[in-house]
Amino acid sequence: MSTTETARPLPDITPRMKPFYEAASEERLIVQRCAECGATRFPAVQTCSSCLASDMRWIETKGIGEVFSFVIMHQIYHPWFADKTPYVVAQIKLDEGPRILSTVIDVEPDEVRIGMAVEVAFQKCSDEISLPVFRVRG
Amino acid sequence: MSISGKYAIAGLGLTAQGKVFDNNCIGFGVEAVSLALADAGMEKGELDGILVNPGLSWRNAMMASHTLQTALGLENLSFSASMSLGGATAAAMIQQAAAAIEAGLATAVACVFSDAPLRAPDPTKKKAEGRAGSYAMARGWDAAYGYFGVNAQYAMIAQRHMHRYGTTHDQLGAVAVTQRDWASGNESAEMRDKPLDLDAYHSARWIAEPFRLFDCCLVSNGGACVIVTSTERARQATKPPAVLLGFAQNHRGDDPLETLSSGATVAGEKAFAMAGLTPSDVDVAELYDCYTFTVLITLEDYGFCKKGESGAFVESGATARGGSIPVNTGGGQLSSFYMWGMTPVVEAVTQIRGDGGARQVDGAEVALVSGNGGILATHSCLLLGRGQV
Repeated sequence: MSTTETARPLPDITPRMKPFYEAASEERLIVQRCAECGATRFPAVQTCSSCLASDMRWIETKGIGEVFSFVIMHQIYHPWFADKTPYVVAQIKLDEGPRILSTVIDVEPDEVRIGMAVEVAFQKCSDEISLPVFRVRG
Repeated sequence: MSISGKYAIAGLGLTAQGKVFDNNCIGFGVEAVSLALADAGMEKGELDGILVNPGLSWRNAMMASHTLQTALGLENLSFSASMSLGGATAAAMIQQAAAAIEAGLATAVACVFSDAPLRAPDPTKKKAEGRAGSYAMARGWDAAYGYFGVNAQYAMIAQRHMHRYGTTHDQLGAVAVTQRDWASGNESAEMRDKPLDLDAYHSARWIAEPFRLFDCCLVSNGGACVIVTSTERARQATKPPAVLLGFAQNHRGDDPLETLSSGATVAGEKAFAMAGLTPSDVDVAELYDCYTFTVLITLEDYGFCKKGESGAFVESGATARGGSIPVNTGGGQLSSFYMWGMTPVVEAVTQIRGDGGARQVDGAEVALVSGNGGILATHSCLLLGRGQV
């Protein structure tokens, strides 16, 4: 059993993000879309920063997109990552528009490239939290 | 009448920098103000305004400017505020000071940054504490993926710039190597006796790829202060004034990973218009350099080279000694000391005064200063000169 010290740092489930985690536990990736102007957002916000309307709705995504940029982390900032360096952190641009900060799995870090087509998978981290990760398509 | 030329930096105070453990953030602030007053030949009673940029070790300091006022025993101030625009704060404080004096709110304003994030080495522990790790704050979603620290966030944008424009590792390295050479002439530079060539740059460890160790700035203890007053008053000071010829801020509010641009594009245009100058009039450019990459993007955004061509520009030697536009002539934050936006301000004032010693650029009459905060989020710009005598 992992101690607090070595457990993976996990996000708090805020009321605003609760629907996201519920969907993720069913392996569905949802993002917000403004009912007023159509802007898509992740993570969730109360008010659309484009048009300032407060009518954000959750929409289902296809869970596919591309690597928009990435870094390979070599430093250990938290004990959970100590045996995982070097690891990839990537900005994934979803087909529906928004970017999501995640990682690319099942690939060597030095083989990751900007523009790679990726699709979502889910890592179960706790009873409540499954986190999206991405693997190279095809 | 334009505000251009009416206000100037009259006093400059810089404490010992780097691994200095005999003071705390407030103490370094006090020392910096005291040094700036002595430098200007002013009494502390002449100060009627104070602006403070509390560094990391101030934590969430409430009323930082009041704290520093009390520590300095300053009475009857008419203008006091703490400002937090990250690395853009220093040059923004100087602008706010000039605007406040113009509005009649004050006559002489101390603008102060101080920080003490480094702790003295503990002989009982193997690893040093409180170093760059102080900047590795991350919570929630980012932490779950190990996206820690400002290093990684700038590296993410640099990777995109390299992809889009073909910027190379050698070109990032050229920034680090060029600035290390400049630092060799700066007695205040932490790395002045540590030469760096491209091989050594490439041999250093990865931090957050595409960044290696020497792509990242130093972390320093210390304080810096400048006193802003009327150019007329500044001319009575001990040292020649660094006159505010032009200034502007631009806080873009868009996504730099998409735009690969900073606020320098708009801020630069406005500041040059105020000063009646163009980039070709700049003799030295002191550019905010939290990373090598920040220098590249800033050079592009001020128009010293075309978008996407900054890597080749630096590689050509343009920013080095004898180059067409000497950049970060004291070594910058990569190689001298990290006082956030105060580092470029201090070097610009030094060059305008002709006090640069071994690194002095001949005929440095116009200096550009850039400040950049957050992840290319906030931007401030100053054009400093000797002004009309």
